[in-house]
Amino acid sequence: MRIWALIKKELLAILRDPKSRMSILIPPVIQLCVFAFAATLDVKNVSMGVLNLDPGERGFRLVEEFQGSPTFSHITHLRAVKEIAPFIDNQEGIMVLHIDDQFSRLLDSQLPAHVQLILDGRKSNTAQIVAGYAQEIVSKFGHDNVQLVLRNWFNPNLIYYWYNVPSFVAILSMLTALIVTSLSVARERELGTFDQLLVSPLTPVEILIGKMVPGVIVGAAEAFLILTVGVFVFSIPFTGSPLLLLFSLLIFVTSIVGVGLFISSLCATQQQAILGTFVFMIPSVILSGFATPIENMPSWLQPVTYLLPLRYMLVISRGIFLKGIPFNIILHNLWPMVLIALFTLASASFLFRRRLQ
Amino acid sequence: MIKALVIKEFYQIIRDPSTILISVILPLLLMFLFGFGISLDLNHLRLGIVMEDSSPDAQALVQSFKDSRYFDTKIVRHRQEVLSDVMEGNLRGFIVIPSYFTQFKKSGHIAPIQVIADGSEPNTANFLYNYVQGTVQRQNLIQVEPRFWFNEQLESRHFLIPGSLAIIMTLIGTLLTALVVAREWERGTMEALLATPVGVWDIVLGKLIPYFILGILSMIICVFIASVFYGVPLRGSLVVLLLVTVIFLICALGTGLLISTLAKNQVVASQMAIVSGFLPSYMLSGFLFEISSMPTYIQLITYLIPARYFVQCLQTLFLVGNVWPLILTNMIPMLIYAALIYTLIAKKTTKRLQ
Repeated sequence: MRIWALIKKELLAILRDPKSRMSILIPPVIQLCVFAFAATLDVKNVSMGVLNLDPGERGFRLVEEFQGSPTFSHITHLRAVKEIAPFIDNQEGIMVLHIDDQFSRLLDSQLPAHVQLILDGRKSNTAQIVAGYAQEIVSKFGHDNVQLVLRNWFNPNLIYYWYNVPSFVAILSMLTALIVTSLSVARERELGTFDQLLVSPLTPVEILIGKMVPGVIVGAAEAFLILTVGVFVFSIPFTGSPLLLLFSLLIFVTSIVGVGLFISSLCATQQQAILGTFVFMIPSVILSGFATPIENMPSWLQPVTYLLPLRYMLVISRGIFLKGIPFNIILHNLWPMVLIALFTLASASFLFRRRLQ
Repeated sequence: MIKALVIKEFYQIIRDPSTILISVILPLLLMFLFGFGISLDLNHLRLGIVMEDSSPDAQALVQSFKDSRYFDTKIVRHRQEVLSDVMEGNLRGFIVIPSYFTQFKKSGHIAPIQVIADGSEPNTANFLYNYVQGTVQRQNLIQVEPRFWFNEQLESRHFLIPGSLAIIMTLIGTLLTALVVAREWERGTMEALLATPVGVWDIVLGKLIPYFILGILSMIICVFIASVFYGVPLRGSLVVLLLVTVIFLICALGTGLLISTLAKNQVVASQMAIVSGFLPSYMLSGFLFEISSMPTYIQLITYLIPARYFVQCLQTLFLVGNVWPLILTNMIPMLIYAALIYTLIAKKTTKRLQ
């Protein structure tokens, strides 16, 4: 089979050069070990300030509650209102709890009292979460008549890398598959060997398959590697069917390879191909719902996300890892990727063919 | 001598469309994506409400959720009706008002409300709980009054856009320089340049000055978009902003130059630029993810990333003003970084000459 020869040649071209071998292997490892733990919107080890002007006991007790909370690890005591501004400005802490001098007196006579929280809005996300924690501590302290009992399903302690690693299975395999395929044709073109390939007895479809298969193999292998590390090293729960995940990954990687070949067939030089990859990759990661949920985006932007294979794969990967989602949801997210794959591969093969004439 | 090199470089920039693409179109695209694509403001949190109790008290509680602009609610009687929605991700979670809610409340007990959040997206789960907490009206003697300074409306865009400028500058400084210089190595024109009587520093400067100017131009465009289009306030002075940008660009350009001298190949250079420049400035700079929440060993790594200091300066300059102690403590590490990088470059490049 001459396709086999081509596939073998392509695989060798990717894996033989030590530099390109490194560029496939090293970035995912770094990202998995560093970024999976860094990409957290979690709030821990918060530094805060306390300005307690209350001469009574209640204020002191409230401060003690904050000291006992695991979230607030550094508490600085301020002495005057004028110390608040420099404290926040210089980011010595994200929040200041301000208890006024009437606090104990009011509470002791059963009158409503209030405490003020001053938060650093520069970090709006963190500030909001910290305000939530503080609110909770104060509510408990003030004896609410309504109590909220929280349970987080699928990830009871809200461990962030349980979210990151399943997402990285998709994102990193996407990166690799994309770079491998989008550069493969562009490089051959720059070196002039692509024309040789075109004049060989291989048909454009065979060339396409020959370029496609190695990308799928490398991308899927990487996804599998991260998946194994996630399950066995990071002990992330895996509730769904591994076979279904592998099958979905294969379809996902194929759709990405399609995009890569499409970019490649448009570009004449490697620099253009790199640029093209970049222009596809960044919106993919940002709009896929990985960084922030899709429903936060403006409604006119949300339809764009339907064009990104990553969007669907994230739902499947996270779902199979953590939620054990049923087959119909998987199917619902699979067919758009199949469509994208068909469309991009067909266009790429059309563009190859046009070059032949 | 430098002048001739700079002019040559400018011709190259103008003639190669992909350079203009990277330095003008890519920043615009990124500004667009960061401005609209990333948003931490949850306005339509899809929440299920299971009303096992239908007393007036419970009705009033449900009404306050319906009226809240943060929630899109789905009200059911039994929790079985929302389970599949949570599974499919159609609901981010639900609350259960138990059948004994009113009874407990009337008899002076603490009335419980159960909140179930979909933990597979931890940040959304956190926010769901916070917003539910804020919506449930309670009788409590102590009122908490949160005040968010610098960003009273809590617009996440005001927090994200200044930080995103650091990413864009990294991209231009590092990726562009790395690619351009690597191309010269790849084509062998760098050796030709080194063989001329031009000194090493002249070559380095001749490369850096044009891209430095390009970077400053991009920055001006970005700051303009940030304040005019996205309405982010600029409370610090422009001069300080320019000064900080200049220092950061020197770091970013140096990193790009060093990468290209090490890689000498466009593909590898672009990979290195992404892994050592773009991704750290995205993930480890504190632009989106809080540094103090990261594990200690990663926090240590962030000190090595110039974008970390630049992001802090940007966020402060845009939203707070000229807070000199903070800005100076962030400038010094960038200057040290720059000094180290250029020493390394000088070493590497002179070696090539021999």
